[in-house]
Amino acid sequence: MSAQIEIANASKVFGTGASAVSALDDISATVPEGQFLCLLGPSGWGKSTLLNAVAGFTPLSAGQIRMGGRPVTEPGPDRGMVFQEYALFPWMNVEDNVRFGLDIQGVPRADATVTVDRIVATLGLSDFRKRYPKDLSGGMRQRVAIARILALDPPVMLMDEPFGALDALTRRTLQDELLRIWSEYRKTVIFVTHSIEEAIYLADRILVMTYRPGRIKRDLTVDIPRPRDTASGEFNALKRELAGLVMAEQQRFTSAELHGAAVD
Amino acid sequence: MHRLRGAIVPLALLVLWEILSRAGVFSPIVLPPPSAVAVKWYSGLLPGLPYDPATESYWHWVFSGEMPHDAIASLGRVIMGFCVGAGLAVPAGLLLGTSDRLYGLFNPLLQILRPIPPIAYIPLAIVWFGLGNPPALFLIALGTFFPVLVNTIAGVRQVDSIYIRAARNLGANSWTMFRRVILPAASPFVLAGMRIGIGTAFIVVIVAEMIAVSDGLGYRILEAREYMWSDKIIGGMLTIGILGLIIDGAMSRLNDHLLRWHRGLER
Repeated sequence: MSAQIEIANASKVFGTGASAVSALDDISATVPEGQFLCLLGPSGWGKSTLLNAVAGFTPLSAGQIRMGGRPVTEPGPDRGMVFQEYALFPWMNVEDNVRFGLDIQGVPRADATVTVDRIVATLGLSDFRKRYPKDLSGGMRQRVAIARILALDPPVMLMDEPFGALDALTRRTLQDELLRIWSEYRKTVIFVTHSIEEAIYLADRILVMTYRPGRIKRDLTVDIPRPRDTASGEFNALKRELAGLVMAEQQRFTSAELHGAAVD
Repeated sequence: MHRLRGAIVPLALLVLWEILSRAGVFSPIVLPPPSAVAVKWYSGLLPGLPYDPATESYWHWVFSGEMPHDAIASLGRVIMGFCVGAGLAVPAGLLLGTSDRLYGLFNPLLQILRPIPPIAYIPLAIVWFGLGNPPALFLIALGTFFPVLVNTIAGVRQVDSIYIRAARNLGANSWTMFRRVILPAASPFVLAGMRIGIGTAFIVVIVAEMIAVSDGLGYRILEAREYMWSDKIIGGMLTIGILGLIIDGAMSRLNDHLLRWHRGLER
C-alpha cells in the first residue's frame, strides 16, 4: 500500500448551533510518500484535530482522509503516532513499551526480540532497556515513544508537537535523530508544531494554517539542502516570512481568547 | 539517634504506669502494671505442654500456645474473608468500571449499601448463618468487598485516555486493551482498595469473634473480661496490634513491589 496521504475537503465542526466552532474548514492537501510535512500554526486552529483525523481517532464532519487511496476509518499501526505527552505505558519498562506493538501484531517472541534489539540500539536506548518511564528524562521518553512506533515499521509517522516539552538542546538532538531515521527508513511524516524554526529545520514542505476556521494559508516547499544551518541567510529569510504569516494568526487567536472563545 | 528519641515518650509512659500501678493508685483489675501484662503475654506465647516428638512435629508444638493458636485462627479468618470479598469485588469492579450501562444500573444501590458498616450486619449474619465461622467470614468478606469494589471502579474509570489512544494506535483489540492497559493502569487504585479492605477485615474479625466463635484474638479478650483478667485483655490487644502491623507492613511491601513503576513511589 502506498504511504501517500490525501486530505480531501476535510471539515470539522465542534458543537452545534450558535456555539459551533469550525476547527477545520475544507482543507485539502496531498502528502506524497516519503515527504516530511510540517503543519505550522498558532494554538487553537485545530492542528491536533487534523492529525487526530489522519490517525483515525477523530471522525470528520465532512470530507475524507485517504491513505494509499483507501479511506481512513479507524486508528491503525500503519500510522504510528507520537504524542507530545509521550503516552508511554508507565507499567512497562522501555523494552516492553517497544515490544508492545509487536505483541499486539502477534509477532513471534524471537522475531520481536530481534526487532526490539535493533530499534532500541538505533535510538541509543540500549542502556535503558529495563528502566521504567518514570526514571527517564523527557528526551529519553520521547525516544522510547519513537522507538515504540518504529518497531512496527509504519509507513506513516504522525507527530503531535513531539518535542514541544523539551529543552532547546535536547530538542535539537532529537530533531537530528528524527531526520536521520526519516532518511534511513523513508517514512511519510506529518509533524505538527508551532515553532517556525523547527518547521524550517525539519520539513520538506510547510503548511501554514489559519486560526479558526482552520484553513491552509500558505503551502510552501523548503528547498534548503540538509543539514540546514539555522544561522544562514536563506534560513532566516524564510523564518522572517513565516513569522509574518504566523503572527497575524496568533493575534487573531489572542484577541479571540481575550474575548472568551474556547480553545482547542 | 532519632529512633532513640522516638522511644522516650513510650518508655516514660510505661515507667510511670508501672510506678502508679505498683503504688496502688489503680486496682490491678482496672489497670494492671505493664510488667504483669508482659508476663501474661509471654506465658500465652509459650506452648502449654512439654515437647514430645512422638505426638507432634516441632513447629506444631512451637505454635501450640494459646496466643499463637488464636492469632493463627484470626489471621486465617482475615485471609479467607479477604479472599472471598476481594475475589468478588475485583471482577465486579472491573465490570462496573468498564460498562457505563452497568455502572448506571448498580451505582445507586452501591451508594446506599456502602455506608452501612459491616458491624451493622451482625444480627442478620447470625440469623442467616447461625454461629461459628460462616457469619464471621461473611462479615469479613463484606468489610473487604466495598472498599475494594469502590476503588476498582474508580481505578478503571480514571484511566488516562492518552494510554487508550496510544494502544489503539498500536492496533490493540478490546481484550489486549483491557488486560495490558486498563488493568495495570487501574492497579494502583485496586491495591489501595485492598489495603483499606484488609484493614477493615481486621477490625471486623475481632468484633465477629467476640460474637460468633470460640477462638481467635477477639474471642480471647472477651473471655478474659468474664474473669476480669485485665492483664490478659491488654496482652491480647497488644497481639492484635502487632498482627495488624505485620499485615499492613506486608501489604505495603507487596504494593511497593507491584507498583515499582508508579510515579507516586518515587523517593
